[in-house]
Amino acid sequence: MKRVDLKESEYIVKPATIIKAKPMTALEKFFEIELDSGASLDHEPGQFVMVSIPGAGDAPISVSSSPTKRSSFDLVVRNAGKLTGVMHRLNAGDKIDIRGPFGRGFPIRILEGNDLLFVAGGLGIVPLRSLINFVIDNRRDFGRVNILLGCKTPSDMLFGDEVEQWGQRLDVNFNCTVDKSDPDWKGNVGLITSLIPGVNLDAEKTFGVVVGPPVMYKFVIKELLNKDIPARQILVSLERHMKCGVGKCGHCQIGNYYCCQDGPVFTYEEIKDNIEAL
Amino acid sequence: MKQFKILEKKDFPQFIKRLSKKHKVVAPVSRGNKSYAFTQVDSSDQIAMKYIPTILPPKKYFMPQRETLAQYNKSKKTFQTVLEFEELVIFGVHTCDLAGIQCLNIVFSDTPKDINYIARKNRILIIGLECNDYCDEYASCKVMDSHHPNGGYDLFFTELKESFIVHVNTLEGEGIIELTGLFKEATSNHLKEREGVIAAKKKIFKDEVDVHYKDLKPMFDKSAGSKVWEDLEKRCLSCGNCTNVCPTCYCFDIIDEINLDLDTGYRIRQWDSCQNEDFAKVAGGESFREERGQRQRHRYMRKFSYPVERYARHFCTGCGRCSRTCMAKINLKETINALAKENR
Ligand SMILES: Cc1cc2nc3c(=O)[nH]c(=O)nc-3n(C[C@H](O)[C@H](O)[C@H](O)COP(=O)(O)OP(=O)(O)OC[C@H]3O[C@@H](n4cnc5c(N)ncnc54)[C@H](O)[C@@H]3O)c2cc1C
Ligand code: SF4
Ligand code: SF4
Ligand code: FES
Repeated sequence: MKRVDLKESEYIVKPATIIKAKPMTALEKFFEIELDSGASLDHEPGQFVMVSIPGAGDAPISVSSSPTKRSSFDLVVRNAGKLTGVMHRLNAGDKIDIRGPFGRGFPIRILEGNDLLFVAGGLGIVPLRSLINFVIDNRRDFGRVNILLGCKTPSDMLFGDEVEQWGQRLDVNFNCTVDKSDPDWKGNVGLITSLIPGVNLDAEKTFGVVVGPPVMYKFVIKELLNKDIPARQILVSLERHMKCGVGKCGHCQIGNYYCCQDGPVFTYEEIKDNIEAL
Repeated sequence: MKQFKILEKKDFPQFIKRLSKKHKVVAPVSRGNKSYAFTQVDSSDQIAMKYIPTILPPKKYFMPQRETLAQYNKSKKTFQTVLEFEELVIFGVHTCDLAGIQCLNIVFSDTPKDINYIARKNRILIIGLECNDYCDEYASCKVMDSHHPNGGYDLFFTELKESFIVHVNTLEGEGIIELTGLFKEATSNHLKEREGVIAAKKKIFKDEVDVHYKDLKPMFDKSAGSKVWEDLEKRCLSCGNCTNVCPTCYCFDIIDEINLDLDTGYRIRQWDSCQNEDFAKVAGGESFREERGQRQRHRYMRKFSYPVERYARHFCTGCGRCSRTCMAKINLKETINALAKENR
């Protein structure tokens, strides 16, 4: 067996540097990252990268910042195992490697000119933030914007400062809820589905964008359909086990789709008859 | 018909000798107990000219069981992607396995292209060998239309009485003809004899299941809630042998290995199986195919439905390896017939 260097490969990594790192909750840590080449990541909202650390492996992580921020990008990493565990020990100045961006993000050209209803549950805010901030940075190009946020307890809330700002903006309708409150919490208590009936919307021109844990989708989608939002206007981002990111390794397969290439963003129309999607 | 050449049977030993002087040649070799494996040869008596599908298909040369994708050095901060390859002639590939290689070619050449696979494949020459009769009762190559060649080779050997008639399909194949210098032009008699073999095959090879080729996908598409999967749920051991031996299964895992110096190491990929419980598990704990029946259904759908939509091709060659190897006696022909019966 001969071995030669390969200049062209899907497994080439881009060296990058962490320029900011801070813990967000007990489990999640925030990272701001710059590619060492100086180039922009040039992603679309909703895409993900493979974060690679030689020896620890690589893992798919959503890009959490809007592409309107050019020189660096944000990741939020939950400590879930080997690679993510190593990531949690890294700080500003440390090096990581990046592959990607990969996948099909949110269809921003199609969303333009329409009303948006964002529904984020738990960690779902991480990928959704890339689109929400994109929309806020290009606010003129979109119609009414509703943001609904849900998490387990107030202390699980990610991006608290930013979320508060969304809440204060006049051009955004914002509402959030927790499953279990604590003494300081003054907002809603209950499942995120309970917030949907109260939203005032024009179903024909509204796109519902839903990102959250797998169990959430069925219930939220049902509420959106009850509001008469058509299936092709409901967008979800699905999580699957991923190894290659380039539609080969088979791990991320959802019926006929490769989540890493055909997704992670799908319309409900595309997956409603898929036996493995929801 | 100058694409057809003749190699007299008495010249076959010389052919292998001359070929293996210049190239590394692998061919089916008996391993006893009715099992065969592609193995390096340098003489024709090592080769099993009549063999049933090898334990592992030629996939092992195109997509090695384990392959280095990159080597890294942490202190030097290097991460170098690499290609591992071997120049090779594979002799004696049956038509079902030619079809299997074609399936892999499609997957790995689809964008984004897999350079490792493509670069390796381009260094492998393929010499096919026609089956004039069935391998055994596990085969279902006729219904999958892979009992006869549909391209995918450099040279293709069909056995006649006294000789082999050889179809030259590529310039590289012609190179082998010239290199070995043993081939004659085929005469019209040879061509007639070849037609006779093909006509005889038509009588031997009959649809092996109760479903026609074109009805397979619609049948599987309707099978989501079938009792057949419940039956497989009870029997399958999730050992993953069926996917390992399958010529069209290509799922893999990517793993980082670190050397004892704790500084240098390799990123490798190795065969993985959708039959493993963890295959589709995500960090939150959800496993999207938790039950064995679901995983078996997935395996079958990846043969008879999904790739037909994506690549306009069935990813079963009818080689029968999955059925031959299964300890739980899960049999592809029986599964198809059970689904067909339910549908009636
Ligand atoms: C499109 C996408 C976007 C994601 N975005 C984020 C994000 O923004 N932030 C974040 O913290 N996490 C995200 N994840 C989940 C993250 O990829 C996994 O937590 C990570 O792969 C675990 O790797 P590990 O080496 O730390 O864990 P391991 O030690 O390898 O395994 C721990 C657990 O994670 C599961 N797992 C392993 N590898 C993967 C994988 N490649 N994909 C999914 N699950 C896996 C295993 O089955 C096991 O249950 C995302 C996943 C996907 C598919
Ligand atoms: S070889 Fe048989 S027992 Fe093993 S995973 Fe395949 S079907 Fe199940
Ligand atoms: S599914 Fe079975 S019969 Fe079909 S190609 Fe794979 S191993 Fe051969
Ligand atoms: S992650 Fe490998 S196919 Fe999608």
